[in-house]
Amino acid sequence: MSWLFAGLGCWVLGGLFSVGLSRRPRWVCWVSSVSVVTGAVLAAIPVVGVLMGGPVLQWRHGGSLPMGELALRLDALAAWFMVPLLLVSAMAAVYGAEYLKSSDRYCVGGAGFFFSLLVASMVGVILAADAVLFLIAWEIMSVSSFFLVTFEDDRESVCDAGWIYLVATHLGTGFLLAFFVLMGRETGTLDMQRWAELGVGDPRMAGVLFLLAVVGFGTKAGFMPFHIWLPEAHPAAPSHVSALMSGVMIKTGIYGLVRMMGVLGEPALWWGWTLVGVGLLSGVGGVLFALAQHDLKRLLAYSSVENVGLITMGLGFGLLGIASGNPVLGVLGFSGALAHVANHALFKGLLFLGAGSVVHATGTRFLDELGGLGKRMPWTAAVFVIGAASICGLPPLNGFLSELLLLLGAFRAVMAEPIGVVAAGILAVGSLALISGLSAATFTKAFGGIFLGEPRQPLPHPAHESAGAMRWPMGLLAAGCMAIGGMPFLMLAPLDRVLGSLSAPIEQGGISMVFEGWGQWLTLSALLLWGLAGLLAVARRGLLASKPVTEALTWDCGYARPTARMQYTASSFVQPLTDLFHPLLRARAQLERPEGLFPRRAAVATETPDLAHAELYKPVGERLVAHLGRLRWMQQGKVQVYVLYVALTMLILLLWKLH
Amino acid sequence: MEAALDPIVRWMPPVLALGLSPLMLGIIHRTKALFGGRRGAPLFQVYYDLWKLVHKGAVYSRTTSWLFRAGPIIGLAAVLLCLFVVPMGGVPAPVAFTGDLILLVGLLGLMRFVTVLAALDTGSSFEGMGASREVQFAALAEPALLLILAGLARLTHHLSLSEIFDGLTAAHWSQLGPALALMMIALMVVVLAENCRIPVDDPATHLELTMIHEVMVLDHGGPDFAFIQYGAALKLWVLGILSVNLLLPAFPVNPWLGLLAGLGGLFGVAVLVGVVESTMARLRMLVVPQLLIGAGALAAVALIFLLK
Repeated sequence: MSWLFAGLGCWVLGGLFSVGLSRRPRWVCWVSSVSVVTGAVLAAIPVVGVLMGGPVLQWRHGGSLPMGELALRLDALAAWFMVPLLLVSAMAAVYGAEYLKSSDRYCVGGAGFFFSLLVASMVGVILAADAVLFLIAWEIMSVSSFFLVTFEDDRESVCDAGWIYLVATHLGTGFLLAFFVLMGRETGTLDMQRWAELGVGDPRMAGVLFLLAVVGFGTKAGFMPFHIWLPEAHPAAPSHVSALMSGVMIKTGIYGLVRMMGVLGEPALWWGWTLVGVGLLSGVGGVLFALAQHDLKRLLAYSSVENVGLITMGLGFGLLGIASGNPVLGVLGFSGALAHVANHALFKGLLFLGAGSVVHATGTRFLDELGGLGKRMPWTAAVFVIGAASICGLPPLNGFLSELLLLLGAFRAVMAEPIGVVAAGILAVGSLALISGLSAATFTKAFGGIFLGEPRQPLPHPAHESAGAMRWPMGLLAAGCMAIGGMPFLMLAPLDRVLGSLSAPIEQGGISMVFEGWGQWLTLSALLLWGLAGLLAVARRGLLASKPVTEALTWDCGYARPTARMQYTASSFVQPLTDLFHPLLRARAQLERPEGLFPRRAAVATETPDLAHAELYKPVGERLVAHLGRLRWMQQGKVQVYVLYVALTMLILLLWKLH
Repeated sequence: MEAALDPIVRWMPPVLALGLSPLMLGIIHRTKALFGGRRGAPLFQVYYDLWKLVHKGAVYSRTTSWLFRAGPIIGLAAVLLCLFVVPMGGVPAPVAFTGDLILLVGLLGLMRFVTVLAALDTGSSFEGMGASREVQFAALAEPALLLILAGLARLTHHLSLSEIFDGLTAAHWSQLGPALALMMIALMVVVLAENCRIPVDDPATHLELTMIHEVMVLDHGGPDFAFIQYGAALKLWVLGILSVNLLLPAFPVNPWLGLLAGLGGLFGVAVLVGVVESTMARLRMLVVPQLLIGAGALAAVALIFLLK
């Protein structure tokens, strides 16, 4: 535990120094990244210990919080979520130090402070063993990430995005507050450790609590239709912050959900169906909206919604497995979900950092303005393509491992009884296949649009490769994707301990039971694949050694003067698919048709606004504001009147209590 | 399955695939020629073509980067790896493990991913168009394939291709014939779509605007193109053999006989593809999604039939 406190101390000190040095942005960058990395290394020591099978670490400080106490606990589940948190925050900090160098006009000191605070508060959320401490850490996490999102505070779109995020996250927190209050009333304590022992007796109450947790944590995690803040906040934030928020912070929602599933007692079958349903909705909806985006970071944000959906679906199968007495299904569901938590942190962190490099180099995030960057930024292109292939779930990378576990879970559900589980399985197999096909379309579009072909238009400043401090974090994350893809036992062995601690019907050794030999076959296939590709490359070199190898123009069917503007754009690349799913996407197109005998100009522009935002929240919100406007007479702007309100309220409360 | 199967027999499925997959394309061409009243190219023409291609030089577009050169290599490596997990005519694959069927789907996805990226790397609008169609149709064909595999997994209670097809017996066909027949139809649609044959794509078309697979590989030449052609032949073999295995339940007589039957079945598939290509026109691009979604729906219906 003392290592953890040393880490926390590092982050807090780094944050304070950042504020103190805010006149010297260069120093802030340096101090902030060094402190975050040092803290992460220190905190990683006990985390690795617990994951290697060490004892659970606990720490308690007698009643020093109102209604709660300072209690921390690091068990296998917490340690599992700590690993991606520490890794991605360290990488994002190193990257961010370089990334923010050219942002002197903004408050870099504040960014350094809130970054450290965000990391520390996320650790607090994961370690908290007391409900009050959990909520405090949760709130600090939300607020510090709000300040990071609104870093570029002179842009209107950024501030709007920040407000949407702030409102959404607090609505979610409201549900969590209700959850914790009810839970406290039900069990008579706010000690989360004792909740698991006491349990919730009334199954109906447990159901209500479960739904509160799904909405409350789901807002943070980005379940559809509570996801609307993601596509606003991620593009607005600096890229290393997006990487941290998308790779790790939204997972705290998943963590909370998993943690609370453990204290609600026997799961009911409908809990599993709810999560599978929510997961499939987020998965299919997320990837479809990702497909239709023109803005790279918005695309990545929607893709996070999709991946959170996959994780949720896995959790749903885990619950279905436990509720229907099918431990194999339970193991596959939970292990798929938890494996995807870590894998998604790796590749989504990588992709957001890659997107940051593109923005840094070109000044634009719009796919149809980019192209041909692969030659100017070979390193970024190489790591981005690894991230893209991983997120599509392709072997031999880490995305395939979680996709395999999730699909095997769905297959197991199809093979199981009762019929309700089978129905969920059939839906999941079909949807997972569709999702993986659509995400392949999304990421070939994104990668192809940015890095391949020729530049589509001259850019304000010529693109350049990122500096070393930005390249190395991406390289390390890409190496992580390849290592876990090739050596699944690195992930599966600790995961097995986590599962063992998770739920009574699932014992340790579960993964090796359903998945012989820690995925040794995947190791073999990865080796074979790299080996075969290497052999073929050597063979081709040999074949071409004595032959003429020349360079020419791309074959354009005899047309000798192709221009970059003739390339297929990212938008046209996905247009058949977005048309096919038009009823869901409702893309709006503005078409300027060629007119007259010698048309000079024609244009088309499409945008895909968020369906939930436009059709659900906007009308409801506007009506709500209109109705609440009638109460505006109460706001007189006079202090005396407000004091009167306070007095009246206290009087009413007093009467109510006496009554 | 006998415990100790002769290792030579066990390695026969991949060896046969390596040697004979181009012959399937030859048979398709021959069938089409027969229907068209032509003599047609020799059965082994594809072998001559491959031989010619590997001995050629190469021309690369100045627009392309290393991804363009990596595409054919990774694509061929991926489909070669598929051969290790696919059984044939009752003979199990050299490697069988829980989830190998998902590895197969993943490897075919990897092959498509690198082909699409290589196509986009040329910056040609034709290749972009082909790539766009490829990802669209693949996204719609994948649910059908996985639903079929899920149905077979439920039927046989196994999660590995070799065990699934080993567990599939004639009794299944007699009890659940209609469901298996629906699966077979869906699988044939997937085979045709994934291998870019009529009615989804016409490999013999000469207009770039209407192509899918062929237009994506326009800029590849020499050994690269040989890798792509050979990979395409292997992919046809891999997916074809799934349908043959579904149709020919395992019979424990003699593994060599089983291999022979599998081979006969594959050539039958090739003839069938040739017949389809000779007797019907390709569908309009806008109708293809309906066909693929239809195949997925058929597979789902078949799965529901299995639920007793």
